[in-house]
Amino acid sequence: MKQNLTYKILQRHTSDKITEPGQIVQCKVDMVLANDITGPLAIRSFEGMGAKKVFDKDKIALVMDHFTPQKDIDSANQVRISRKFAEEQNLTHYYEGGDSGVEHTLLPELGLANPGDLIVGADSHTCTYGGIGAFATGMGSTDIAAAMALGETWLKVPQVIRVIYDGELADFVSAKDLMLTLIGIIGVDGALYQGLEFTGPVIDRLPIEGRLTMANMAIEAGAKTGIFPIDDLLRQWRAEEGLSADLYLEADKDAVYARDVEIDATGLEPVVACPHIPSNVKKISSLPPTEIQQVVIGSCTNGRYSDLEAAAKVFKGRKVKKGVRCIVLPSTPKVWKKALKNGLIEIFMEAGCIVGPATCGPCLGGHMGILGDAERAVATTNRNFKGRMGSLDSEIYLASPVSAAASAVLGRVASPAEL
Amino acid sequence: MKTQGKTHKVGDHIDTDAIIPARFLVTSDPAKLGANCMAGLEPDWVKRVNKGDILVAGRNFGCGSSREHAPIAILGAGIPVVVGHSFARIFYRNAFNMGLPLLEIGDEVDKIADGDKLEIDLEKGSLRNLTKDLEIPFQPIPPTMREILDCGGLVGYVGKRLSGDK
Repeated sequence: MKQNLTYKILQRHTSDKITEPGQIVQCKVDMVLANDITGPLAIRSFEGMGAKKVFDKDKIALVMDHFTPQKDIDSANQVRISRKFAEEQNLTHYYEGGDSGVEHTLLPELGLANPGDLIVGADSHTCTYGGIGAFATGMGSTDIAAAMALGETWLKVPQVIRVIYDGELADFVSAKDLMLTLIGIIGVDGALYQGLEFTGPVIDRLPIEGRLTMANMAIEAGAKTGIFPIDDLLRQWRAEEGLSADLYLEADKDAVYARDVEIDATGLEPVVACPHIPSNVKKISSLPPTEIQQVVIGSCTNGRYSDLEAAAKVFKGRKVKKGVRCIVLPSTPKVWKKALKNGLIEIFMEAGCIVGPATCGPCLGGHMGILGDAERAVATTNRNFKGRMGSLDSEIYLASPVSAAASAVLGRVASPAEL
Repeated sequence: MKTQGKTHKVGDHIDTDAIIPARFLVTSDPAKLGANCMAGLEPDWVKRVNKGDILVAGRNFGCGSSREHAPIAILGAGIPVVVGHSFARIFYRNAFNMGLPLLEIGDEVDKIADGDKLEIDLEKGSLRNLTKDLEIPFQPIPPTMREILDCGGLVGYVGKRLSGDK
């Protein structure tokens, strides 16, 4: 069988011959991830299984990022459980406090998620690493506990949808707009039980951080994975980051896909996902005036350096509208330091933003920016489910960093074209 | 597994934030999570549920976050099984791993109304709507999932494998 990239990566991790979708294969894993919410549950399951030792102390990452800095006694106790386990098991990759960042930004940065890897994480946005050509998927804590004990997991070989982006991007249209557009077309279960592979001229030119943004939201289309090409652009990025850049692996020319989705990016405008589902995607220009009280720029979707840089360009010389709290959360300490060094933090502060720590915080309604009754937010995050960021009566509009910044300045859902 | 219960029907794309909002994820205790089951849909939803009742869902139930707290909250609320049009894949794995069977029935879900009484016999592979006197077919549960269920969940399943390895 001519193989797509998804199957080629999977095949590197299993001794079973991959012949067709639907097949269940036992796979070796390169990295197993959990965070401060899912880790303690995984640890409990691990112990319940009677497991004594993790399969490899270098291949498990515990990242305290969701409620960090810990918001209350219970969430601090969750970290205590994780820290104790990391010490007992002598884990190499345990991150909390000033070492920690949003897990899906942190792992590729540290070289803990690599092209061609098979990564499982107790977090649904583990699919982010598809942006650097990894087969990466989210699971629950107990599946992760099993992987921590055995170093392997079972996976059903998914059917794969190929998404082809053709054309040229207009000003202010970014990776986030490309992905929201796809989710708007295929729906939140458009790729249920399936994988996505991204290709086409737009993808060939798309910087790696943009690819990570898009892969991050594969789960928002119900997908198991969202995989980008392992190409020269990726190898160049890896080399610049000081990471290995020697893997060559690509889909066979006539590989079989379940279907193709073709998107002409020429003429796309900045979009938002309107409440309360990520597939409710509309052009910003088509919306009636929609006042907001909060903006969040950050998260595993859009908290990387290039996201902050794009937002800072919009904020430079402008002010956040009175009555709006605009929260900027650089995703990792490295991103934070680079933003500080290059003057982005000063731009945000001059504009009247609140610049906070690397945390998932508000994205999941954890802390550091919760919505009250009837409040409305524009966020660069990934989910706008009812009540996700706070009150059940609040609303979330998902947008790109530049659209979020323009919205903060104008005090309503807006694109930078309106400034 | 053989069970009978009254149904509580919910709509399409019910996400795990609706099943158990993140603010309750500071614990993994089934009773505490169960007390807030579906709090993201309706704050007091769980108050109408009696032990043994059955949840009936629309499309893509359990989409969103991978939190295993979602099936734990459902079990903690006293619901032993979920029948639905379709399920999000992470939730699907999590539910069986926690010992919560899911029955996927596609459009047949329209043949169940809120409050109908269902009878489920997993061994016989039978799902009956007693209120409407209808037999409803469901997708067979894959062998891997059956084995996990037979061990009471993935903890028991892997435990068995680890003790066998010794």
